[in-house]
Amino acid sequence: MSKNILSVDDSASIRQMVKMTLSAAGYGVVEACDGADALGKAKSSPVNMVVTDLNMPNMDGLSLIRELRKLPEYRGVPIIFLTTESDDEKKKEAKAAGATGWITKPFKQDQLLAVVKKVIG
Amino acid sequence: MAAGDPAETFRQEAQELIEQLEHSLLDLEQTPTDRDLVDSAFRALHTIKGSGAMFGFEAMAAFTHHVESAFDQVRKGKLQPSPSLVGLALEAQDIIRAMILEPDCDLADRQKTVLDQLAQLVGSAADAAGQEAKASAPASQPAQKQRWRITFSLARDAMVMGINALLLLDELRSLGHCTVTALTDAVPPLAEIDAESSYLRWDVVLTTDAPRSAIDDVFIFVQDDANLSITAIDLSTEGRLGEILVDRGEVPRRVVEEMVASRPPLGELLVEAGQVAPEAVKSALAEQKHLIRDQADSAKEAKAASSIRVPAERLDELMDRVGELVIVQARLKQQANSNGDPLIKAVAEEMERLTSELRDTTMSIRMVPIGSLFSRFRRLVHDLSRDLGKKVSLVTTGEETELDKTVIERLNDPLVHLIRNSIDHGVEGTAERLAAGKTGEGEVRLEAYHSGAQVVISVKDDGRGLDRVRIQAKAEENGLIPPGAKLPDDELFQMIFQPGFSTAKEVTNVSGRGVGMDVVKRGIESLRGTVDIGPRSGGGTEVTVRLPLTLAIIDGLLVRIGHGRYVIPLPTVEECVELSLADDARSSGRSFLNIRGELVPFIRLRDLFASPLPADPYQKVVIVSLGECRVGLVVDQVIGDHQTVIKSLSKLHSNIKAFSGATILGDGSVALILDIEHLIEWAQEQTDVAMLEAGE
Repeated sequence: MSKNILSVDDSASIRQMVKMTLSAAGYGVVEACDGADALGKAKSSPVNMVVTDLNMPNMDGLSLIRELRKLPEYRGVPIIFLTTESDDEKKKEAKAAGATGWITKPFKQDQLLAVVKKVIG
Repeated sequence: MAAGDPAETFRQEAQELIEQLEHSLLDLEQTPTDRDLVDSAFRALHTIKGSGAMFGFEAMAAFTHHVESAFDQVRKGKLQPSPSLVGLALEAQDIIRAMILEPDCDLADRQKTVLDQLAQLVGSAADAAGQEAKASAPASQPAQKQRWRITFSLARDAMVMGINALLLLDELRSLGHCTVTALTDAVPPLAEIDAESSYLRWDVVLTTDAPRSAIDDVFIFVQDDANLSITAIDLSTEGRLGEILVDRGEVPRRVVEEMVASRPPLGELLVEAGQVAPEAVKSALAEQKHLIRDQADSAKEAKAASSIRVPAERLDELMDRVGELVIVQARLKQQANSNGDPLIKAVAEEMERLTSELRDTTMSIRMVPIGSLFSRFRRLVHDLSRDLGKKVSLVTTGEETELDKTVIERLNDPLVHLIRNSIDHGVEGTAERLAAGKTGEGEVRLEAYHSGAQVVISVKDDGRGLDRVRIQAKAEENGLIPPGAKLPDDELFQMIFQPGFSTAKEVTNVSGRGVGMDVVKRGIESLRGTVDIGPRSGGGTEVTVRLPLTLAIIDGLLVRIGHGRYVIPLPTVEECVELSLADDARSSGRSFLNIRGELVPFIRLRDLFASPLPADPYQKVVIVSLGECRVGLVVDQVIGDHQTVIKSLSKLHSNIKAFSGATILGDGSVALILDIEHLIEWAQEQTDVAMLEAGE
């Protein structure tokens, strides 16, 4: 069964790029445009992995990660965040919130795929 | 969302963001203390920059970065959103818009003015202007093998955070020869274990030509709290346990030397003397093994070409002996289990492991690449196309796919038939092909590949394809189907495999008188394989032959139904679940089971086999998969896995399709091996009959 990935970003172009890349690799992609939207979708249909931006309106990425980790079905689900600069503070904060790993923007398709393969195989 | 060009989406999105930014900036001029407005402006800049850099607007992203930095200062309260800052930001926003919509116009002067003024306002914030990323890492060194010792343990909550240690180890394995030792000393007693916590420590010895950075990359997400250490090991180490322990700093060299002087085995002595923890010795021993393997590998590379020729009968003999040994091993296992002596049990388990390895090795000796068979067909195609006056080329792929030697030999005749048929009936003459808009030369493709525990061989041609009308007419003429019957394509095409079936208008000396395809089918089925025919996507015909990897011994799942025991081929088994009383009560005859939201039909084998005993109170369902479809088989008890030596059924029983053979169990009794595909067909027929009777 194909694995489903929740892509959370307020930027439609990033979402489109993530979806194109992951669908082509055989993953199912669910899209959400901000943290609140993502949390609702994550609850109604559990996914195998989450890729989220950090800076978003209506619940930012950090709060989303914290809320997801509170749900029993999201304990152990890899959560990857997108970060623009390799900002160590942000990284530490997100890791402490429960993130699994990160992708530094700007990224190429193969970089995204490499990280997804790394955490869900 | 429709797939399109993300850059175009970005352009539209950027315009909306710029509008959002403008609103925020204008409002901010009125209410400079509104934090939400600052956040909104920052976010817009942030997204424009982040997305822009990904879709080819690097210069715009670099410029936006400075404006974003300024607003980051505002967000952190270090800078006030003064009217001059807002004014500058509005000017910057116009530049950003122009850079996105009219990428060709020259804005360097305006950019410089804005950046200079920003720099004055922000101070050092914009100092980074023009600073370029450092030159990339020094040119990679030529690949050279290096041995690494990697020790790591994960943070206690790593599994909750989505880290999977197995994937990390797999990633390391992909880098080179890898020996992994799990150290269990930190695992608490069972009662205290928290199933979500990570207690193990791993010691990995890796020989690789990948650079150190590749190993670091494996651990990139866990390095902060993984207790990770990566050290290079001297390649010249001879691999003595003492040296390894000294090298790891577990024990001083002096102690080792004294111990060696007394008596071996060193590891036990060191542990007894309390100098080293047992775990450390275990791990070092694993490293030693790794070193020895490495040395053996390089020795092997040196004489990779050496091989010996053995008469094939000896291999057959060896396989027979292994088969007998497996049966004896099953008896030993049975005895050990009923006897209850833990020592005998340990020996029996060791024996089981060894026979299973011996079986695999023996089978691998018998494996031959199918390329040797394929190459014979070149000449066949050449001769045939000359005789028939057609131009045909043969393309083969997957020559390296390995199959049992016996299977390959017995595959020759069926494949010859199939290729002849393709060239004779399938591929058209040159003139007809050209008229149909095809190239003058026809193509026959032979492909082989692995699919689960099966090998698939397909013969495809790009010819005129299967003629439905003619096949239907012929089937009616032969009395195989009633006149005018409407069959689905796949069922109709299967008629081709009936004896005496040939649609060739004139009999040629190449493809004979319709004694081809039924012989092919029988030949393949005698190898426990299946054959299908159908149209090839894109025109032409495709015949697919599926074969099991081996004929002699399989892994099976032993189950009990009433008094009888049966073997289900393990590769087809997906899972075992319990048939709940509710499911049981709800259904009669053939019915459905809800497996994680998917309906799976199930068959009650005790009904099918007419077992007289009452059913066990808790029946089990073994879910088997056959290509696309999944079916549950209801049994009384799942006994466990069983190395199954296949003995064929006597001629008398050869028409019983539901069983592919029998095997001898440890206690000397016989268990029948289920042929899943035919079993399901049979069950279907039985149900149809039962329904007909019930209806009348």
